[in-house]
Amino acid sequence: MAVQRKRPALLKDNSWCAGCGHGLFTRLLHESLEELGYDNNYICVDGVGCSSNYFAATTLGSAIESHHGKAPTIARGVKLARPETMVFTYQGDGDAYVIGLSETLNAAHFADPITTFVLNNNNYGMTGGQMSWTSLPGQVTTTSKAGRDPETTGMPLDPLKMAAQEERVAFAARAALNSPKNINLAKKYIKKALELQVKEEKYAIVEMLSPCPTDWNLTPVQAIRWIEEEAVKYYPLGVLKDTTEGGGA
Amino acid sequence: MKVLMKGNEALAEGAVRGGAYLFAGYPMTPQSEIMEYLSVRMPELGRIFRQTESETASIFTVYGARQAGMRTFTSSSGVGMSLMQEGISGMCAKSIPGVFANVQRCGPGLGFALEGQGDYLRDTRGGGNGDYRVLILAPNSVQEMMDFAYESFELAEKWKNPVEILSEGKIGQMVEPVELPEFKETKRVVDGMDGVPKKILLDHDDPEFGLKIAKKIEAMAEEEQRWESYLTEDAETIFTAYGIPSRTARGAVDKLRAEGERVGLLRVISAWPFPVKGFAQLPDTVKRILTIESCVTPQMAEDVLITAKKVMHLRDAEVYSLCSGPVAAKVGEIMQKYYQIKEDPQKEAISIIPNKAEPFNRAEL
Amino acid sequence: MAELLIDKELCKACGYCIHFCPKEALSFSEEMNQKSYTPVQVDKEKCIFCGTCYTVCPDTVFEIRA
Repeated sequence: MAVQRKRPALLKDNSWCAGCGHGLFTRLLHESLEELGYDNNYICVDGVGCSSNYFAATTLGSAIESHHGKAPTIARGVKLARPETMVFTYQGDGDAYVIGLSETLNAAHFADPITTFVLNNNNYGMTGGQMSWTSLPGQVTTTSKAGRDPETTGMPLDPLKMAAQEERVAFAARAALNSPKNINLAKKYIKKALELQVKEEKYAIVEMLSPCPTDWNLTPVQAIRWIEEEAVKYYPLGVLKDTTEGGGA
Repeated sequence: MKVLMKGNEALAEGAVRGGAYLFAGYPMTPQSEIMEYLSVRMPELGRIFRQTESETASIFTVYGARQAGMRTFTSSSGVGMSLMQEGISGMCAKSIPGVFANVQRCGPGLGFALEGQGDYLRDTRGGGNGDYRVLILAPNSVQEMMDFAYESFELAEKWKNPVEILSEGKIGQMVEPVELPEFKETKRVVDGMDGVPKKILLDHDDPEFGLKIAKKIEAMAEEEQRWESYLTEDAETIFTAYGIPSRTARGAVDKLRAEGERVGLLRVISAWPFPVKGFAQLPDTVKRILTIESCVTPQMAEDVLITAKKVMHLRDAEVYSLCSGPVAAKVGEIMQKYYQIKEDPQKEAISIIPNKAEPFNRAEL
Repeated sequence: MAELLIDKELCKACGYCIHFCPKEALSFSEEMNQKSYTPVQVDKEKCIFCGTCYTVCPDTVFEIRA
């Protein structure tokens, strides 16, 4: 049984490392945009970090570059100006969960009809693998060379859980980009989150655990195993909140 | 027909009439009336008011909405303006014509919350990281609060550069009669592109980026200088000031003229670009220039000193500074300083010890 | 007849497709592409066009035409 598969029209050669989850996410994103008929009517607000490479990975996509952590506030402004356009933020964990924690939670609080996508790779990818608030206890990074010590740096932070508690958040879910099954699930979440924005004017947030082989000092295949074996212990997958019909949770 | 309005409200109403479609702001003395006023006024007109979680969020909401084509503005004061600098720098980098008002305080940190002119140097030099300039208009009356806000959107769009209204607490809080201008036509999205912008948003990937910014700054500096001269034709001493001190300075000019002194006033309206042309038009009878500011250390006085070097016939003029602290210098204080510098010229005209009259100790004055 | 298309120049040789291919139809080739990676190649005899390689590829190397 042959299944037809076609590269999304706007994507081109990207500059992410081999095995990086960002490439996976952009493909899922653009597949969803095409399926919803919005690939010609969207504005992506890039975070700062590896997500800023998104701009160079598309041929005619519309992206606004933001400052560190400020993507949700910019997206709010863009959506106010152009309510007919699909507006979403594309951020990393350092951007959305550390420096932009306030912006992310306030976006969930205001619940403007935008969508937030967070690629959580448990470290600061672009700057060379420093410790993030999402790094796991004992995780070796360039700023926690003996492994993250929860005594002095705290336990992994889970802002997705905080966002899900906000009354007006319609959908909050965590997927992982580490296996065909999980990638297909991530696609489902992404599409649902975007659909909620344009059909019901609701706010949704989707986090994806994303492999970062370069900064984890692992091969790509080891990296996806590490997500499976380590990251999910602190960041369990699944739907945290779903207010839509039949959504439960 | 004129109506009585508070400065902050006039600024807000001027912006509304000038076409502002969205205001995003955060409460902070002495400018909170702007957002209080707009929280009613914007919805009344079917436009958008947003109270945001911080000044940073205000400026970035403006940043996003303006980039998507909507006329937007925000306002703040003191440390709130400091928080906004990142966004302002970003707007300059992306040529986003945002508008914002700084209703100044005075002094570092939280400062003196009610009035003063503490931010001249920071704002005229751009304010944030990188090198750029913001067009700055400095009103000295409630009418000008309204007029400058009214024209700021078109000015910003003309240059694709942010515009700042550099006001101060005193003007924001005082009440004067104002003439209301006609409403300008506006809509949700005024420019940008048809439909959605395509790959327009990364100007600094352009190799000519730096050069383009430099050329724009040069052209703005040439075309946008504004000033007002008062009794300068035969003056030996020029008072120069912006904002509220320019009003007390004018009073001092009148009184000193009545005493037979040859004094005049050059009021700075565009704090950036600094009105070098206005200084170039001063007569060659000018022997000394006194800058009057409501701040702690000489700020605009530095620009005056630089300008005096640029203008050939002012090169030998003595340059003095009167810094009165948060509260604007009174007419009597300016006259006292005038006679002091006239009779006893000082070598170190601008010094870091601003005014020997101990500006903070108001009780003794 | 279905066809698996591979854009060798997009490949960064991460190996996800090889790892997940249910039929072991994929392997690294000997030659380098312009990015100096050894791109993936397919054994056409073994491929069943299930689309798994497309799903796990971060660099949109694969397309399947029915």
